[in-house]
Parts: sequence; structure tokens; C-alpha cells
Amino acid sequence: MQGFTGGDSQGFCHMSARVITITSGKGGVGKTTATANIAAALAQLGNQVVAIDADVGLRNLDLVMGLENRIVYDLVDVIEGRCRLRQAMIRDKRTDGLYLLPAAQTRDKTAVSPSDMVLVCDELRPSFDYILIDSPAGIERGFRNAIAPADEVIIVSNAEVSSVRDADRIIGLLQADEKGAPRLIVNRIKPDMVAAGDMLAIGDVLDVLMIELIGTVPEDDQVIVSTNRGFPVVLENHSLAGEAFRNIARRIRGEEVPFLSLQQNRGLRGWLKKLRGGGK
Amino acid sequence: MSLLQRLLRQNRLTSSQIAKDRLKMVLIHDRSDLSPGMLEALKDEIIATIGKRVQVDPARVTFSLEQDGRTSRLVADIPLIPKMR
Ligand SMILES: Nc1ncnc2c1ncn2[C@@H]1O[C@H](COP(=O)(O)OP(=O)(O)OP(=O)(O)O)[C@@H](O)[C@H]1O
Ligand SMILES: [Mg+2]
Repeated sequence: MQGFTGGDSQGFCHMSARVITITSGKGGVGKTTATANIAAALAQLGNQVVAIDADVGLRNLDLVMGLENRIVYDLVDVIEGRCRLRQAMIRDKRTDGLYLLPAAQTRDKTAVSPSDMVLVCDELRPSFDYILIDSPAGIERGFRNAIAPADEVIIVSNAEVSSVRDADRIIGLLQADEKGAPRLIVNRIKPDMVAAGDMLAIGDVLDVLMIELIGTVPEDDQVIVSTNRGFPVVLENHSLAGEAFRNIARRIRGEEVPFLSLQQNRGLRGWLKKLRGGGK
Repeated sequence: MSLLQRLLRQNRLTSSQIAKDRLKMVLIHDRSDLSPGMLEALKDEIIATIGKRVQVDPARVTFSLEQDGRTSRLVADIPLIPKMR
């Protein structure tokens, strides 16, 4: 399957992609946002990247990546043999090396099986550096499909009790599946609330879940603005969330990147807290 | 601890500390698949079993699930009543 490699390697390539699934348990915590941004950031760093939307029936990765108007075929068309894999892949013209394999919108999760996902990824592996899979919420079929081909799993959580609890459930299921230790992104952190003692700090979440952190992403209005536009926030230079996602991409590549300090005492409440000597 | 002290202490807990404590408790039960109710039932059964051989004081038995890494450990402390001679 040459042709995905941007032309320079003439189909002569020795790549073998790492398959990384982004999942969460609880819905709405930022899996799709994380997938779109980490994929774009990895491509910007010069990698060949394909993002697969495994949320069959509730596809959104296309919209978040801004590629919704270019879909002809989807994952289920590939699996059911209506098209070849490369026909369903959409190349992002704004970012070299970035591709999307969209989910079907009018089918449900049972149209895909875990072994289908393994086959699709095995076909893609030689042409890419990274395959990122956007998992649906939940612990049922869609989640099973998404983790089946994974070499690594990244769990997204917010600093809030329900999503942390659900993340723990996912960690347990991955352990039972012998999937290797997942890594954690804590998304939508509000530093002022953390400083005031009204939001779990990263350290609290890690104490409870006992897994390795791969990144922290602040709550950032720019995420919503960029999602409105279909233009991943990592492609803008001046956003905290963008920087956080770029850092995660670099850590995935194995670089040592210091964690952004999101927990300093900021704002009036943080300042008052410092006065009282209660800041950590 | 006096009631007053307890109230003051309670007051100083931030909502994030409360969240963390509640999470730790609920996860201990989630991970072991033992609900608080089942734990109570288990406690009664164990006291009954041990009580067949030796005299135990049910009121002083403590029974808890503790975390050891990501695995849970069931810890029982069962004081025996000294035998009257
Ligand atoms: N760091 C952030 N700052 C602000 N808003 C965010 C951030 N991360 C995600 N969001 C917003 O949260 C909402 C949910 O995000 P997203 O769709 O990525 O979650 P999801 O986990 O994929 O949801 P689902 O479980 O439904 O697939 C979106 O409106 C998104 O723009
Ligand atoms: Mg999603």
C-alpha cells in the first residue's frame, strides 16, 4: 500500500506503525479532541499518521479535524468490501502526512468486530509511523473494537470523580486483557479551581489511579473555537491546550518534555489561598 | 476527638480532598468487586466460622479493604476473648 508516504519514499518503506488507542470509559471527556490534536501534532513533527474513528454510529473525528466534507467511504465500507482501504482514507491537505479513516455514521458498533480492526491496522502498519484510534465511550463492543489492535493505550480523564472512577474501570479491563500499562491524560484542568482546593489536582488523580501520566491539558476556550472551525488547536501557536497536546505528541515519540505547570496559584482565589498559607 | 474538633476538621477539608477520599473508597470496592454490603456479610460469616472454635468479641472485630498498589487487600483484626479458667 504505497502512496501514503508523501511520494518521497516511492513505496519503499520500512515503517511499522505504533497503534495507540485513546479511550476513557466516561463520555465527553475529550478523547476525540485529544486524538485530532495529537495526530496533527505528530504529523507536524514529520511523522506519517492516520487517525481512525472507531466511534461507529456517532462519528465526530471528521468534524473535529475539519474533514467532514471530504468523506466518500468509511471504515464499514472497507470492512464490508465496498472499497479498498486507501479509497476510504482522507488526506489532510493542511498538514503533511496526516490522514483520517472515518467511521460510518448510519451503522452501529456491531458492524465492526475486534478482528476487523486488527486486520485494518495490520494493513496500515507498514505505511505509517502512528495509527491513533479514537475510541467511543463505554466498555462494550465499540471499546473492544478500539483496543483490539492497540500496542499502547492512552486514557483520557477529567479531574472529576466520575471520569476518574470510569478510567479506573478501563485500567482494570486493560489489565485483564494483558494490554500493558496505559498512560493518562488529565484534560480540562482549571488551575484556579485546583489552587482553591475545588478541583482534584493531577497528583490526587495519579495517587488514586496509580498509572503513568503522559500529559495534562488545561481547560481552554481555544479548544472550542478551533473545534468550531475544524482546525486542531495544535496548529495555532498561542494556545495553552495546543502546547499541551504538542508536548504529549513529543512524549509519545519518546522525548523528555517537562510538564506544563498548570497548578501554580493563579487568580484572586489562588492569591488569597497563598496569603492564608494554604497553597500546596 | 471532641465534636467541636471534628466539626473544625470537617470544615477545613476542601471539596477536592473530599472527592479524593470518596474516590479512594469507591475504587477499593470497584476493584475487588466487593460492595460494602457484601463486605458486611463476609464479616458476619467469618466471625461465625471462627466463633465455632474460639470465642470472639464481634463488636471489636475490624474488617477493611486496603489498597496495595492497584490490588486490594482484605484486612481483618479479630480480638479473641481470653478463656476463663
Ligand atoms: N481542554 C479543553 N478545553 C475546553 N474544552 C474542551 C477541552 N477538551 C475537550 N473540550 C470540549 O469538550 C467537549 C467533549 O470533547 P470530545 O468530543 O473530544 O469528548 P469525547 O471524549 O470524544 O466525547 P464522546 O465520549 O462523546 O466521544 C467538546 O465540546 C470539546 O470541545
Ligand atoms: Mg468522541
